[in-house]
Amino acid sequence: MNIKTNLKTLIVKNPLKLDCGKTIKDFPIAYETYGSLNSQKDNAILVFHALTGDQYVSGTNPVTKKDGWWSYAVGPGKAIDTNKYFVICSNVIGGCMGSFGPSDIDPKSGNIQGTNFPVITINDMVNAQYNLLDHFGIDKLFSVAGGSMGGMQVLQFISNFPDKSRTVIPIATTSSHSAQNIAFNELGRQAIMADSNWKEGDYSSNNSNPGKGLAVARMAAHITYLSKKGLQEKFGRKLQEREDLKFGFDADFQIESYLRYQGSVFVDRFDANSYLYITRAMDYFDLAKQFNGNLSDAFKLTKAKFFIISFTSDWLYPTQENKDIVIALNSIGADVGFVEIESDKGHDSFLLDVPDFLNALKNFLDKSYEEN
Amino acid sequence: MKNEFKVIADLIEKDKKVLDVGCADGILMKFLKDNKNANIRGLEISKEKVQECIAKGLTVIEGNAEKDLKQFPDKSFDYVILSQTLQAFLNPELVLNELLRVGKKAIITIPNFGYWKVRLHLLLKGTMPITKTLPDEWYNTPNLHMCTIKDFVYFVKSRNIKIFKSIALNKLNASLINERNLGIKNLSADLGIFLIEK
Repeated sequence: MNIKTNLKTLIVKNPLKLDCGKTIKDFPIAYETYGSLNSQKDNAILVFHALTGDQYVSGTNPVTKKDGWWSYAVGPGKAIDTNKYFVICSNVIGGCMGSFGPSDIDPKSGNIQGTNFPVITINDMVNAQYNLLDHFGIDKLFSVAGGSMGGMQVLQFISNFPDKSRTVIPIATTSSHSAQNIAFNELGRQAIMADSNWKEGDYSSNNSNPGKGLAVARMAAHITYLSKKGLQEKFGRKLQEREDLKFGFDADFQIESYLRYQGSVFVDRFDANSYLYITRAMDYFDLAKQFNGNLSDAFKLTKAKFFIISFTSDWLYPTQENKDIVIALNSIGADVGFVEIESDKGHDSFLLDVPDFLNALKNFLDKSYEEN
Repeated sequence: MKNEFKVIADLIEKDKKVLDVGCADGILMKFLKDNKNANIRGLEISKEKVQECIAKGLTVIEGNAEKDLKQFPDKSFDYVILSQTLQAFLNPELVLNELLRVGKKAIITIPNFGYWKVRLHLLLKGTMPITKTLPDEWYNTPNLHMCTIKDFVYFVKSRNIKIFKSIALNKLNASLINERNLGIKNLSADLGIFLIEK
């Protein structure tokens, strides 16, 4: 994977104390920007990516050659209009697209970090990315936005830096990772670690790759991003390029073939150890716990305007978990709007062409920006 | 903007914190925000209406008054507005109590079933009354608990709820209701507007 050339990278000089107790410094944050920062520097939006995302929000991803992960929402004239706003997105630490992660070389040993990489948290990711504000000389962001794990980072960001964003948009997310979601992540991790090519995380120096395990992890996770109805409508029991069942274990059904394909393309672009570390960070996320069980206290110091969005068919981060954040905000009289978008596309709805969602996002941003 | 909203807006001073329960497309909210500098929030059950509010730049929470008022702390708003919806709840008393808990004051409007046209319709035609404020047929009306202005006044008094102002509205005419004219206002008004507190 020679993907780390030609990346925009900020080397963070300041030491960052991680939640695990270790301190890191002189580490890279790989980022990408879209649109331009105006002279008042009041039009910047920091977008946070989800588990398998990266800094390539829009346009063509130079590594995968596919559209950026949020191309439906971000771009010229789109909901997050890059003719108007300056969008910044960076690869989370622990990731594998140029930011400090487990596939980096450990300068002491000369080998890749592997499982010697420190366990990182959502809090660590956000604190690392905060350095981008200084880098661009931005005193206050116009907005922080993100879905899924990106939404967790949004919540953590405004909790850590209450006066650093005017608006806050957590989408299809949670303030505390549920048992069900930890369970799904554990399933993925076990699939990777059960692959004999994983070699306790040291697969690179052994010239191997736990691709099978990582693909299974991706397949299982992918199911959780869709809805039963969406799957049924798209695939039903349709057969894959065959007239009848073959009485074997090839991909008879289109859904099998689809999942296998999703697994195989994922392996080409994602590092297995990164998958372990990032899912761990999600599992450890419990914002209420950081405030002795009172989620409202996480937002007590901010005057930012919140807009929370969930989707009807999202069973991974269901509406109720998003509403819990709304409730915590209302109980302290914060400025919070909330809408549940009708969609049968499951958790993935926030990444897809869902017009009601994109319109709501656009209207909220544009109207809030006018109010400045 | 409809006359009912003008009367409601007149009851609210500048710079107050206001919750509009069942805010629909946000016309009243927008007016209060622009003209009274209100710090205003809306609660609305319809997804389409919520979208319309967002397009107006209003802060709205998609939700249901019967379930979602409980998340707001006691007396966290100066005014809570409920326009022509009380009669549509399964348990209006519960909602009314919630409104009075969340708001220092509440402004409630009710379509008056004692309005002479309603009475006449039932008396002469013998079918369920249909008027401008009660436009639906018996089989598709959302209204479960119709009441008259008199019913509402008696009810709030029996619950020790203070009435600051009662206003009878008939087309363009708004007039104050008092104990002496209650009977006649109950006949002449098609809408009652009440400013109450507990």
